[in-house]
Amino acid sequence: MDTVFGIQFKGGVVLAADQSNARSILVYQNNLDKVTKLSSHSAMGVSGPNADMVNFTEYIAKNLALYELANDGTKLSTKAQANFCRNELAVALRKGPYQVNLLLGGYDEKDDAGSLYFLDYLAALQKVPYGSQGYASNFCLSIMDKEYREGLTEADALLIIEHCIKEIATRFLINQPNFMIKIIDKDGVRVHSFGGDPADT
Amino acid sequence: FKFNDGIIVSVDSRSTMGAYIASGTVKKVIEINPFLLGTMAGGAADCSFWERNLGVQCRMYELRNGRRISVAAASKLLANTMNSYRGYGLSMGTMITGWDETGPQLYYVDNDGTRLKGKYFSVGSGSTYAYGVLDSFYRDDLTVEEAIDLGRRAIYHATHRDAYSGGINNLYHVTKEGWKKIHAIDVNDMHYEFAEEKKNSMSS
Repeated sequence: MDTVFGIQFKGGVVLAADQSNARSILVYQNNLDKVTKLSSHSAMGVSGPNADMVNFTEYIAKNLALYELANDGTKLSTKAQANFCRNELAVALRKGPYQVNLLLGGYDEKDDAGSLYFLDYLAALQKVPYGSQGYASNFCLSIMDKEYREGLTEADALLIIEHCIKEIATRFLINQPNFMIKIIDKDGVRVHSFGGDPADT
Repeated sequence: FKFNDGIIVSVDSRSTMGAYIASGTVKKVIEINPFLLGTMAGGAADCSFWERNLGVQCRMYELRNGRRISVAAASKLLANTMNSYRGYGLSMGTMITGWDETGPQLYYVDNDGTRLKGKYFSVGSGSTYAYGVLDSFYRDDLTVEEAIDLGRRAIYHATHRDAYSGGINNLYHVTKEGWKKIHAIDVNDMHYEFAEEKKNSMSS
């Protein structure tokens, strides 16, 4: 039921995810943050059961931090991080799979560009200019197909995200009132806006 | 639920095996230590065993680290245990609550490893009914008396409509000094009390 989407723009990536946490007919909370920061310049938007979401992201984030500490501050590129995630998903797949579908976005200083990777729970990996996970895909991929072009500005990318959110509010059966939007660029990962404050607990 | 003056934990006491009421006097609040409380919903055996186990782990933490465990850490320990037993068919929906250095904390933990931090939760078969009352009347700045009243009313309404809830309402209040049991009232008695109240307010 989760909705995650992301768009690459010139100099970074925008990631957006809904903030609802629900099971069966009950909504547990409306201010969950599903876009977790992995390293200084990367984050992943995750969809799936809360337990897997939390365990997987914490595991990846801590391992990335460990790599930096153990290797004299060498940062992993977004591509390397995405491949690391994929490998972990693939290894777990035949033992105790993580049922998470995610979009990993990051900024690399070397190319001064953002990159977005689509990973699913079967450990597929694909670099994409824009993407979405969940039922959102059915509604939003066409909007992104139409509007996306090379060299978008941050403002353009945010406009597309807004269109997508509006479309979901109009046509998707499940009410998802709040969305968390994060931007990753040369200044790192920052929160652009949210519907429900995750700290309000 | 959590409010400015602490946390109210309010539960019923019915245990059912299918359509048979096995017991009407189950203690669904488990006293992990004088500052931590856990509630029970789902499988009674799973809840009491694993929360008792959590008590052991909390005590070990205290001995090793020389201070009381935080509620966040305690709930994470339980969530991790649940995660490692995924697929084994455990059934447990619990709220771990207490007052630690960061103030009053409330976490929801269940058998598939979900762990959520929140201001208020309602768990169990009658949870939707309790949510109705809780959502409509919850405020951060409730007084202790109002909070206790809200807690017992939420349980009363859940037991009224849900066949699998009933018995006695056990209510606890968690403060900086630890938890304190406030009352144990039969929900049937509450029914007549509230009926009187409605009659009085209608006639006035």
